[in-house]
Amino acid sequence: MASQSSKLKRDRLVSGLLVNGTLALICLIWTIPTAGLLISSFRTRVDIQTSGWWTIFPHREWITVDQVDAGQIPTTGEVMEFYGVEGTFAEFRTGVEEDGVRIQWIGNRRLGRIEVKERQWTTNADFTLENYESVLTGKRYEVRQPDGSIAIEQGADLSNAFINSLIVSIPSTTIPILIAAFAAYGFAWMSFPGRKILFILVVTLLVVPLQIALVPILRDYVALNLNGEFLAIWLAHTGFGLPLATYLLFNYISGLPRDILESAFIDGASHFTIFTRLILPLSVPALASFAIFQFLWVWNDYLVALIFIGSKPDVQVLTMRLADMVGSRGADWHLLTAGAFVSMILPLTVFLFLQRYFVRGLLAGSVKG
Amino acid sequence: MQQADKLEVSSSPGGNNAPARWGQAALALLGLIVTLFVLWQGFLFLRDSEVSKWIIAIVAIVWGVGGVAALYVVSNQLIEQLPANIGRVVLPYLFIGPALALLLWYLALPGLRTFWFSLMDRNSQNFVGLDNYATVFTTRFMLETFRNNLLWIGLGASTSVILGLLIAVLADRSRFETVAKTLIFLPMAISMVGAGVIWNFIYEVRAVGDPQIGLLNAIVTALGGQPQAWTASNQPWNNLFLIVILIWLQTGFAMVLFSAAIKGIPSEIIEAARVDGANEFQVFFRIMVPFIRSTIITVSTTIVIFTLKIFDIVIVMTGGQFGTEVIATQFYRQYFSNRNFGLGSAIAIVLLLAVVPVMIYNLRQFRDREGF
Repeated sequence: MASQSSKLKRDRLVSGLLVNGTLALICLIWTIPTAGLLISSFRTRVDIQTSGWWTIFPHREWITVDQVDAGQIPTTGEVMEFYGVEGTFAEFRTGVEEDGVRIQWIGNRRLGRIEVKERQWTTNADFTLENYESVLTGKRYEVRQPDGSIAIEQGADLSNAFINSLIVSIPSTTIPILIAAFAAYGFAWMSFPGRKILFILVVTLLVVPLQIALVPILRDYVALNLNGEFLAIWLAHTGFGLPLATYLLFNYISGLPRDILESAFIDGASHFTIFTRLILPLSVPALASFAIFQFLWVWNDYLVALIFIGSKPDVQVLTMRLADMVGSRGADWHLLTAGAFVSMILPLTVFLFLQRYFVRGLLAGSVKG
Repeated sequence: MQQADKLEVSSSPGGNNAPARWGQAALALLGLIVTLFVLWQGFLFLRDSEVSKWIIAIVAIVWGVGGVAALYVVSNQLIEQLPANIGRVVLPYLFIGPALALLLWYLALPGLRTFWFSLMDRNSQNFVGLDNYATVFTTRFMLETFRNNLLWIGLGASTSVILGLLIAVLADRSRFETVAKTLIFLPMAISMVGAGVIWNFIYEVRAVGDPQIGLLNAIVTALGGQPQAWTASNQPWNNLFLIVILIWLQTGFAMVLFSAAIKGIPSEIIEAARVDGANEFQVFFRIMVPFIRSTIITVSTTIVIFTLKIFDIVIVMTGGQFGTEVIATQFYRQYFSNRNFGLGSAIAIVLLLAVVPVMIYNLRQFRDREGF
């Protein structure tokens, strides 16, 4: 009996280790990409370009301890000797190792130097806030090039795009909520001809890909001279977000206890009063859930912004600026890292603090078109 | 439809004194006109003014949000002045009207209009029938596009769902459940453009011999391999490396929904199965999976639809080059880069056709619900 219970205990321990170990491994894999970006965003421009972000941790690396001019132009297969080590050009080019020392030919065949390297413990932990500074203020700043010269670089101004993202996101979140709440109340508590067929329309539109709407809407906007206006993108996000908003809020509002509404009616309240004084306050959890959902959606949206405000650079939102930087500044990794993190700060904060509401919104209905 | 369930307002809020009533109605109408005027002025200010960004921002937010609310209030006041029997008929349409108008303008009608464009030539001048659809289903680059979308759905969506389920089960039995779930869920808050930047640091390739700053190539070279251009070479397998980004973004979503569903399984059932000698695999496949079947369907359809429309990741990582084009990027390329309006619209309609089964499923679910 005793041995059986100890076996059971051991089994439980093993399976616990297995579960927690696997989970820890998955979490590690999931976190590494973001951690890499965060670390990189605090590294200097040269460091980012020349070494991986993981080299900020102590590691062993070949460090150059001595160097001389090669002083000759070797022919193929010719055996040379440096620091008492023999080898051909091809061998020296990849590095010849002997007694823990690596002798390496740096440069091409004509202009070469010989470096002696030793394996030593080192870190590349040289952090700076310069990337964020240049990304947020767009100011010019000096960059020391690898060869010692100083170049003037223009930073990318993201503060403007940050404000634009706010201007786009806040109304694009609140307007559909308001409109959808009215509609949800209408569908849930009012009777009118066509109620069922109209609600079926809402359900049908839940999964319609917004791609089919881009072209006709763009033509309307051009005709109305609305293209590039904030109003244009608010309305677009409102239209695209409405089916889900109406559906989620209908599910919630139609589930509210009937007695509360009835007693309000007996007291002579109108539908409008009941909606604003009773339903809206009672629906705060559902409204919050959808608000977070929609905010993250709009803030992170790239396609809708690209189509409807793509033509106007001064109203570009963060995702557009960032995508532009990936394209045009492919080499400016230092600006990209900080830029990407600036674009993530707000959604990550919202997400971490309001995760509970967000999850609740996801659970309530999870089909978005 | 159970009309009897709905509430009826019997008394009219307006008075029965005729002149006073006309006065109030005129006042309400004036309110509506003033509101519309103020909104129009706000629109002109926002479109034309050159003041500081912050002022524009605040005006824009107040104007946008306040404007919509104000329109509801003044319209309601106007309706309250109508005779009670008319008001009762009109009021529901004030509640659902704006939503319906926007749904029609932004989703329902564009579907029909896009379909119409898809039957026209590249400049929307001449009717060409189904020519664009013939192009969509026969051209080599379109077939490659469809193949890629199938790869995305077959590998990306399914991996997200399976991995999400696995993590949900593991987390349920772990001591650091909350932390683990938050870490896996976190990428949901990151834009796909941002994710593209993040994963560039994993996939970046440098010349042989140079220090590799991309994590994957650093690992490969440390193990003695050759650095690879992961997202560009070895077509079509380079698509897999883009799909990994989607899995990284989506798994958290699946996990959260599965986790909640698993917590909903009564623990007595699982305990009883264990007492009867079922091993963990039997508990999982015979009890958990059937129990959360409906959640599995919901999560799978949501992720498949999401995957079908994938756009940002491809645009940011490869721009659709190296054989990575998908339907949504092809739509963008044909319509906005090649200015072929007919073909672009046809591609959009194909995307719509692909979600029709889900639409029907949703409607069925809705029909089965009680109380509507």
